[in-house]
Amino acid sequence: MDFYLTALLQGLCFAGIALGIYISMKIFNIPDITTDGSYTLGGVVTALLLTHQQPVYIVLPAVILAGALAGAITGLIHTRLKVHPLLSGILVTYSLYSINLTLMGRSNIPLIGVKSLFDKLHLMVDPNQNTGVILLLIVLLITLLIGYLLKTDFGLAMRATGNSETMIRALGVNTNNMKIAGLALANGLIALSGYLMTQFQGFADINMGIGIVITGLGSVIIAETIINWLRITSAWLSLVLVIAGAIAFQMVLAITLSIGVDANLLKLVTAVFVLLIVSLPRLSFSRNS
Amino acid sequence: MIALNSVHKIFNKGKASAVTAINNLSLNINSGEFVIIIGANGSGKTTLLNLVAGSIYADEGTIQIGGNDVTRMADHQRSKWVARVFQNPLSGTAPDLSIIDNFRLAAIRTKHKRFSVGVNADFREKVKEHITTLGMGLENKLEQPMGTLSGGQRQALTLLMSVMDSCKVLLLDEPTAALDPRSAEVVMRTADKLIHDFNLTAILITHNLKDAFQYGTRLIQMNEGNTLRDISAEDKKALTQNDIFNWFS
Repeated sequence: MDFYLTALLQGLCFAGIALGIYISMKIFNIPDITTDGSYTLGGVVTALLLTHQQPVYIVLPAVILAGALAGAITGLIHTRLKVHPLLSGILVTYSLYSINLTLMGRSNIPLIGVKSLFDKLHLMVDPNQNTGVILLLIVLLITLLIGYLLKTDFGLAMRATGNSETMIRALGVNTNNMKIAGLALANGLIALSGYLMTQFQGFADINMGIGIVITGLGSVIIAETIINWLRITSAWLSLVLVIAGAIAFQMVLAITLSIGVDANLLKLVTAVFVLLIVSLPRLSFSRNS
Repeated sequence: MIALNSVHKIFNKGKASAVTAINNLSLNINSGEFVIIIGANGSGKTTLLNLVAGSIYADEGTIQIGGNDVTRMADHQRSKWVARVFQNPLSGTAPDLSIIDNFRLAAIRTKHKRFSVGVNADFREKVKEHITTLGMGLENKLEQPMGTLSGGQRQALTLLMSVMDSCKVLLLDEPTAALDPRSAEVVMRTADKLIHDFNLTAILITHNLKDAFQYGTRLIQMNEGNTLRDISAEDKKALTQNDIFNWFS
């Protein structure tokens, strides 16, 4: 049972990645893979500041700013230098590997003797439940914030930027700046996932971000399949489904491990799973026609 | 209102495929004029419109809108004065956003997009009133995504959207080219009414010579990147539809 509880908590940690990918991929229509780097950056900044006895209320904004900066650089490379967004993201992630390693000075920082967010806040007696409640509150808060943002005039302009660029330029929006802001927001959220995960697992590692973009893509694709299937138009519900997608994704991995699949094969199984969800709507469609 | 001074535009400059789209064009359009532009394909009509809108920049010459030099201004900066309706009904609206959200964005075309919710009951009521004037029954479908509407409905709504915020110049690039004859007529009538009611300065590009005859206060025929004929309001009244047809034969 603990096994699935851990999967649930991990899923909540990854909610930031799922929302970040949802913003870059679904709202802005930009394939952004700065994720691997900005997630690790979030973890690295968290571990560094916490081991240097910085208070939590400084660590969190610092992490989000670091992630946002990484996203903004990807955005700048893409919009100002007209580099394909995929390449921009790859270049920034690649550079971030060196930056993260330099920041840490070694490949792994354990949070030994450091009080994490989950140690400092006591809302429940049981530590697992305590972690769960804190994570739930944070995820709820960012979902509400993003949901509200998408309803504001700025949020509408964001959505239109990814949906009809000619239209929104004619309506007075500098789409280049909007894309930079969007990628900054997305990667700020992704860094937030790194912040939560580092404190949850008790260490930051240079390799923690490798392939993490798949987690976000998988979550968004699970959500999208349901959104299309049930024809959901509500922005709020879509965000909730994206987070549910992140949890479902971790659950599937937990089930995979629990039925005895070799842990070395986990990434292969993950890839096949994502492929399966992507192709599921098409497979059922071809049967009908 | 709109002044072009010795404007040149060459695409693929310096290459074998170089095309002179606009050739030393000077043009003055007065406030309140409704200019119809006709001409063969490749005569520079759309390039002219894009130069005024700021989607592309002139190689030489200057462009002014309402006395402001906009030659180096980007399209999103010129949107302070200029509203556009595109040839493709898909370009003027965001398909995944609802009708009301599209209208909200249009209503703040000249303003900052702030971090506050602008779609409220008052705004809904205002948009509803506007859309009712179209008589298409869309006023009860405000929450429907724009993408579910037909091309004619979207084009008519795009026109209405252009006057949601203060607008001086309306650019219409073959707005009815993708529409069936009935929708085309509704869109043209709506455009004519809005231009008249809001006293807009408008430029319409069309291949429909009947529309060119019926609408507008000034008629320009373009050829090889410059004006071939420029018919003022009075002379246009004396023109017959056959005269215009004969220009192309």
